[in-house]
Amino acid sequence: MLELANVTRRFGTNTAVNAVGLTIPKGQMVGIIGRSGAGKSTLLRMINRLIDPSEGAIRFDGTEVSAINGKALRGWQRDCAMIFQQFNLVPRMDVVSNVLHGTLNRRSTVAAMFSLFPQSDIYKAIDILDRLGIADHVSKRVEALSGGQQQRVAIARALMQDPKIILADEPIASLDPMNAQIVMDTLRRIHDEDGRMIVCNLHTLDTARRYCDRIIGMRAGRVVFDGRPEDLTTSAAREIYGADETFSEASTSTSIETLEPVFVPAREPAFAH
Amino acid sequence: MTGLALGSADGTKLDYLALVRRRQAYSGLIVVLFVAILAAGFGLADSRNAGGFWSGLSNLFDFPSELVREAIEKTAALPGHLWRFLPAMIETINIAAVSTLIGAMLAIVLSLLSTRGMARWPRLIPFFRRAMDGMRAIPEIVIALVLIFVLGGGPVPAMIAIAFHTAGALGKLFSEVNENADLKPLEGLSSVGASWIQRMWLGAIPQVLPNYLSYALLRFEINVRASAILGFVGAGGIGSELRVAISWGLGRYDAAAAIFLLLFLTIVAIDQLSSHFRNHLVRTR
Repeated sequence: MLELANVTRRFGTNTAVNAVGLTIPKGQMVGIIGRSGAGKSTLLRMINRLIDPSEGAIRFDGTEVSAINGKALRGWQRDCAMIFQQFNLVPRMDVVSNVLHGTLNRRSTVAAMFSLFPQSDIYKAIDILDRLGIADHVSKRVEALSGGQQQRVAIARALMQDPKIILADEPIASLDPMNAQIVMDTLRRIHDEDGRMIVCNLHTLDTARRYCDRIIGMRAGRVVFDGRPEDLTTSAAREIYGADETFSEASTSTSIETLEPVFVPAREPAFAH
Repeated sequence: MTGLALGSADGTKLDYLALVRRRQAYSGLIVVLFVAILAAGFGLADSRNAGGFWSGLSNLFDFPSELVREAIEKTAALPGHLWRFLPAMIETINIAAVSTLIGAMLAIVLSLLSTRGMARWPRLIPFFRRAMDGMRAIPEIVIALVLIFVLGGGPVPAMIAIAFHTAGALGKLFSEVNENADLKPLEGLSSVGASWIQRMWLGAIPQVLPNYLSYALLRFEINVRASAILGFVGAGGIGSELRVAISWGLGRYDAAAAIFLLLFLTIVAIDQLSSHFRNHLVRTR
């Protein structure tokens, strides 16, 4: 169980995350939505400890992970994998090497410098890539792959860590709708099959509704919505995004399904009254 | 969770494992070769050495210690020497500064013309690269000697010689900087109909300028030393003074120490200046 208590992060005079308190039980898939600059990324980075909180505590299964350092911290980072919007892979190395980076926490530095990974790890990496449907590209350099393929390599690296939590920071914001769907389906499948906790920052509401068990809305560093997908009404979404009546999520939807019905008129309120 | 996937990816696994083995074999071979060449090369060099490396090693510090001892004995004369050699030092710095400036301007043009994705005439890239190779290959002391023979002694031949070498050396470094630059802004400028010079000046230079500057200031440092050496062959500046002072047995090691001190202070000053300007340039971007 992941618990956040009064977690705050300030950058200079600007408060990015303001007194956030959350409890996420094991095996839940959570979507965090909110406009750019609402503090979603900062929150995720604090959980992985890429950024340290200014105040508050983050606990996982009784350990206060916001207070550990050194080896214990790196052990926590292994247990809580991170997936980035821009993939953050090493572009000039081949796919399997990038996936093997997921084992770095368990391996000695010298062995890693000379790329001496055990055969069992190499096999495991290829199995994971096969599971994600990209086993054909194992010896290619990552920079030669498409965005959707790179994101799946990043997911494979995360799985190689055998993590308890997967944090995904806008995993589909740089992808086209088709690849976005593949990546989200993959994350959901990992959640369903392995029972791992997944916390995912998302830009599109329909994606959050469709894939997540629970949705958290953030605005200006605070949690302003926390509920089930069906509770996220248009008015709740307007509240999260600080938008007026002209806001219509269909006009920016990237889901392939939602494009099928006739386009919702932008002047929806005129009909509503 | 992944144990069941065996079978479908078996061929892939064997192929990849063979690739890994091959890579490891190559890296092992390279390490062995490296050590062997190093050992063999050292043996050869030692056997060719007139005096012998090991027997001479104990005398390594004789000259520096004599220099330091004499300088300490005549500490009182040091400020006077520093003051006396200051004009010569300034002349040397001037030679280095002018040649770095001219060389760097040439290098910018040469580097842009020899970078893939930026070059004005892509077919001429090899030509410009070989031209820069040539500029680096000729030692500046040779160019300086020829020019001193033709134009007479003085700072101008030294300046031309160093600028020539600088253009070749910086051109190569600059073109490596260019290769790491993002080509998207250039594409953006192409899309609005900008000319080649406009694209380079407005799209490429702003990206690469901080790196250009730090390489150019490093080169300035090297050129201060180069212009001091050219003083030995009659190009004026601190080098001519050093040649007189450092000659064995004249009892002028205090003057030599003063010159080394001036050179050291100059390099420190350039280094400080370099980091100051570079930070400023990076911060305001």
